[in-house]
Amino acid sequence: MSATDVGLVLAVGLACAVEAVEALTIVLAVGLTRSWRSTLTGAAVALVVLAAVTAALGTAVTTLPLNALRVGVGGLLLVFGLQWLRKAILRASHIKALHDESEIYARERAAAAAAGRPAGARDAYSFTIAFKGVFLEGLEVVFIVLTFGANQHRIGLAAAAAGVAVLLVVVAGVAIRGPLARVPENAMKFGVGVMLTSFGTFWSAEGAGAHWPGSDAALLVLIPAVLVFALACVAALSRRAPAAVEPLETALTT
Amino acid sequence: MSRLAALGAFVWEFVVGDDWRVAAGVVLAIALTAAVATTTVAAWWILPLAVAGLLALTLHRAGRPG
Repeated sequence: MSATDVGLVLAVGLACAVEAVEALTIVLAVGLTRSWRSTLTGAAVALVVLAAVTAALGTAVTTLPLNALRVGVGGLLLVFGLQWLRKAILRASHIKALHDESEIYARERAAAAAAGRPAGARDAYSFTIAFKGVFLEGLEVVFIVLTFGANQHRIGLAAAAAGVAVLLVVVAGVAIRGPLARVPENAMKFGVGVMLTSFGTFWSAEGAGAHWPGSDAALLVLIPAVLVFALACVAALSRRAPAAVEPLETALTT
Repeated sequence: MSRLAALGAFVWEFVVGDDWRVAAGVVLAIALTAAVATTTVAAWWILPLAVAGLLALTLHRAGRPG
């Protein structure tokens, strides 16, 4: 397995685990509060729709010329990665509230309970919320799998990394039967933001015709450079908001 | 809101996110890289520099009071 394959597996696995934690939080909150049958049906239908979208887009994406694919998909990945990194840096420096799965879980449970009891065996509320949660979070997983997989011509490897990550999160969630609050989600998002930004920068520059010094090995410099710059941004922003400052390590792991 | 407008809003939020300037800056930086790559000058450094600048800019805007 090459260095870029390892990067692909890490980036896709981490990103998909984060999305799976978010989707599972919603499914567990609605399922435990209302109807498991409708919730699981909603989640299953969302997975079927996602599979169809992946099959359709995957075929289309892999037929594009490599440079067009790299510049287009790399650019999208870069924009997407910068969004993740921006949010993660703002959260780590306490300018934006940390993503709290326990709070989201409690909010979803309260909303589900307040929506009234299901009239019959089928509960439209549970179905809709589970479908939306799984579909929207899953769409990000599909996007990441396709962009990483197509660029490296390793869609199978990207899909396997995503599958393992999602499976691990689901098994953990089912075992706990509660929100995965102990998962260091904000730190994971920080890591994903760094990986997406680094790979997006690398591929879009290559697709635009630039040649990286050292070819693929440039990623081994680019990824730590983006990480160091992002951490420097956290440190600089934290100094601006002294009242809310916690040690950097705590901010990234809570 | 019509379904088409809702879909457009979803795609915008999904791809562009909170700060459209970042997306616009990335497009400009890729275009500049492509233009410089056709010359004899090295073009690989443009995007990393743009990423650092765009990230600093968007964080500076988000961190401003008010």
